[in-house]
Amino acid sequence: MYGFIAKRLLATIPVMGVVAVVVFLMLRLAPGDPAAVLAGDIGSPDDIRRIRTALGLDQPIHTQFFIWMGRLVRGDLGTSIISSVPVTTMIGQRLEPTLALATTTILFAVLVAVPLGVLAAWRHGTWVDRLVMMFSVAGFSVPVFVLGYAYIFGFAINLKWLPVQGYVSISEGFWPFFQRLILPTLTLSVIYIALIARITRASVLEVLGEDYIRTAHAKGVVERRVLIRHALANAAVPIVTVIGLGVALLIGGVVVTESVFNVPGLGRLTVEAVLARDYPIIQGLILIFSGVYVFLNLAIDITYTLLDPRIRY
Amino acid sequence: MSVIPRTLPGADAVPAPPSALVRGGLLRHPGVLFGGAVLVLLAVMAVLAPWLGTGDPLALDPVQRLKGPSETYWLGTDFYGRDLYTRVVYGARISLIVGITVATLAISIGLAIGLLAGYIRWLDTVIMRFMDGLMAIPGILLAIALIALTGASLLTVVVAITIPDIPRVVRLVRSVVLTIREEPYVQAAIAVGTRMPSILVKHVLPNTIAPLIVQGTYVAASAILAEAILSFLGAGIPPEIPTWGNIMAEGRVYFVIAPRIILLPGIFLALTVLAVNVLGDGLRDTIDPRMSKRV
Repeated sequence: MYGFIAKRLLATIPVMGVVAVVVFLMLRLAPGDPAAVLAGDIGSPDDIRRIRTALGLDQPIHTQFFIWMGRLVRGDLGTSIISSVPVTTMIGQRLEPTLALATTTILFAVLVAVPLGVLAAWRHGTWVDRLVMMFSVAGFSVPVFVLGYAYIFGFAINLKWLPVQGYVSISEGFWPFFQRLILPTLTLSVIYIALIARITRASVLEVLGEDYIRTAHAKGVVERRVLIRHALANAAVPIVTVIGLGVALLIGGVVVTESVFNVPGLGRLTVEAVLARDYPIIQGLILIFSGVYVFLNLAIDITYTLLDPRIRY
Repeated sequence: MSVIPRTLPGADAVPAPPSALVRGGLLRHPGVLFGGAVLVLLAVMAVLAPWLGTGDPLALDPVQRLKGPSETYWLGTDFYGRDLYTRVVYGARISLIVGITVATLAISIGLAIGLLAGYIRWLDTVIMRFMDGLMAIPGILLAIALIALTGASLLTVVVAITIPDIPRVVRLVRSVVLTIREEPYVQAAIAVGTRMPSILVKHVLPNTIAPLIVQGTYVAASAILAEAILSFLGAGIPPEIPTWGNIMAEGRVYFVIAPRIILLPGIFLALTVLAVNVLGDGLRDTIDPRMSKRV
């Protein structure tokens, strides 16, 4: 078990290494002069020179690479070109709203999607199943921001049930905090629910054909217990996998959702950095988001051994 | 930029000849019919855009700004007095161009790399490690960073959306190659001394076509979404060009007084992506049946 965890931890090193190299090379191999692009149309030659020095682009490429890797290993993501604040500080300041939104979204999505998927598999071939599948295809097709604005239009502007936009920290009271998270959570979770419900249905459906399910029925186990204890428990591995892989969808969605609802989190920071052409921040965010994704999926790999005693590495 | 590989290949199905496919339900499958019909209509709309009662999508008329629907402006105007109907119709052009180009590029590049990775053993580890790393970077973020560095134009947006999609195609192709190369007929071809390029083209390539067509539709759907997201965030195609994402981005400030500026292109966008996805699911069921068992 510990050997397995150590092996999986080691395996993330090349993946994160490639991520770091890709981020490094992107800036250096971009066609044209990235310093000029980042300076923008109104950038003076002085600005371009300043940006080039700030990004270390005036040094030979191998020197740049060792400086960059050396800093990364020490947890230094560089400083913002515009505000000269360390990127890690800027990311730290914007972490809370994104963490809050991600937590509510994952909880809500799993609580809705897994029962939906089980229901669809149990009532396979009926209108319930078709409805869930239709929702799942539609959920993949409706763009996150269109959905967000549709909710704002319906629930905030017309019905006036919820605030239109914004974010209030949890330290200022739970209800104002929670109230402003409802619409962003509903927006962000749709595609995630679609994905998880689809996989849950498919994997429960496969398990329902097994002999031990028939045996359970035959010996008179109640339907609900068959579905949860026998079917869902044995179908759990693919479901948990997709909850982890789906986090990549959430990261893209967070950028959009935070812009629609004016949530001052990491997603909005990404957009602000792009509009301000503050490349070190974009770099830092890519590394952080990729790292979260890789380590979350590592954690899930490890929980398999707990979920499914048949899996032995 | 579909994030999840929705197509995980099995191995053993024999591809049906094209004529049998048409008889056997390709043109009877409701998903293929619905998705195909909607896409044909959208394509006609995009090609015939100048003759559909539209005006100049860039013509400004400050006196007429933010007007509701009228006889001259069927769906009203935006903040600059431009005709919303005209801009939405022209927006279909960009979405379809992006969808088709990104799918074609990602599939061809991914196919070439995947064939090499699947067939040349020492290259396999190197390529796949690199692809794993590339896949760990969220697609939208990678695209945003690439566009920030190269400046935004239709070309850079297409390239930036294509790059994050390539690893998924590579994985798919590689896994098909790895199963096909164990087939007796490929082993036989190797035994009689057929050269590698010839084996790849004659025996391996045909087996990748069906899964790649299906994967191509999913790539196209997510590319159309990604372009709209990038434009909407202000990191995509330059704002004066009428794309659905750009129209929506401009509508954000006036959402409370003129929600149609966001909702109308939004409906078109959702319908387009839905059509491509439904077409993809239908194709998977009919031409690539071994995958319909998964999900």
